[in-house]
Amino acid sequence: MPVNPALTERAFAPVAPYLVGREKVREFARAVLATAALHHDPEAARAAGFADVVAPPTFPIVVAEATLQQLLAEPDAGIDFSRVVHGDQRFSYSRPIVAGDELTATLRVTSIKTLGGNSMITSETSMVDADGAHVVTSVSTLVVRGEDA
Amino acid sequence: MSGALELEVGQVVAERTYAISRDTLVRYAGASGDFNPIHYRDDVAASVGLPGVLAHGMLTMGFAVQPVVDWLDARGWVSDYQVRFTRPIVVDPVDGATVTVVATVGAVDETGGRIDLTVSVDGQTVLGKAQVRVTAL
Repeated sequence: MPVNPALTERAFAPVAPYLVGREKVREFARAVLATAALHHDPEAARAAGFADVVAPPTFPIVVAEATLQQLLAEPDAGIDFSRVVHGDQRFSYSRPIVAGDELTATLRVTSIKTLGGNSMITSETSMVDADGAHVVTSVSTLVVRGEDA
Repeated sequence: MSGALELEVGQVVAERTYAISRDTLVRYAGASGDFNPIHYRDDVAASVGLPGVLAHGMLTMGFAVQPVVDWLDARGWVSDYQVRFTRPIVVDPVDGATVTVVATVGAVDETGGRIDLTVSVDGQTVLGKAQVRVTAL
């Protein structure tokens, strides 16, 4: 089943807010070999002008997980996850994420292309804080390998 | 040299080598919630035609930017970061994999600049268009 091109016109509801915890930031930082004090030490973060420990640059992928599940759960999406490869990834920030942020993520599928039997799905997950102000947008392209690819 | 971060195009701001192992992959799986078994089970990786257990692309993206974060210290922050996943990293159960990151200034402006990452294993690049926008605090 090919990827459904109508996904680009679909409106997805925002997912439940994600509360960024200090220990989660530290755990994720350890996992990506991030040793800078800003990720681990609240005092160092405050000295640099942040309210609490700062999340590493790729942390929004954790928050975007719920929107990925939302996409895969669409019954007519036509996405076989066992054939999915991550093609590219971008994070565009308005401000850094810090522990204590409550982020609400909303998914939008921006393009679906077919090339040589493979489908490429580009989606944007926009994350806003508790005041509704933009924090970061995660843009991902997933490649769904065709049956013959 | 110009701007708040005193960058110069072509300047290498950081260079580092990371030794990653299966332990690194398991830790990343737990922290990120990406439990795709191709990142920890040899039999599953083989069954889908892969040359071995692969590092998560997002793990590679995650640590490749750390030399830039450390170099910036508290002078600036990463306001935009993008990569293309061009070549998977096979992580041997015994020897792991060794990944080299070189961070070079690609462009400079008043508020910061663009740092280009060259990320390679055994001399072959594994990420394409790996660009980090740094902005002065």
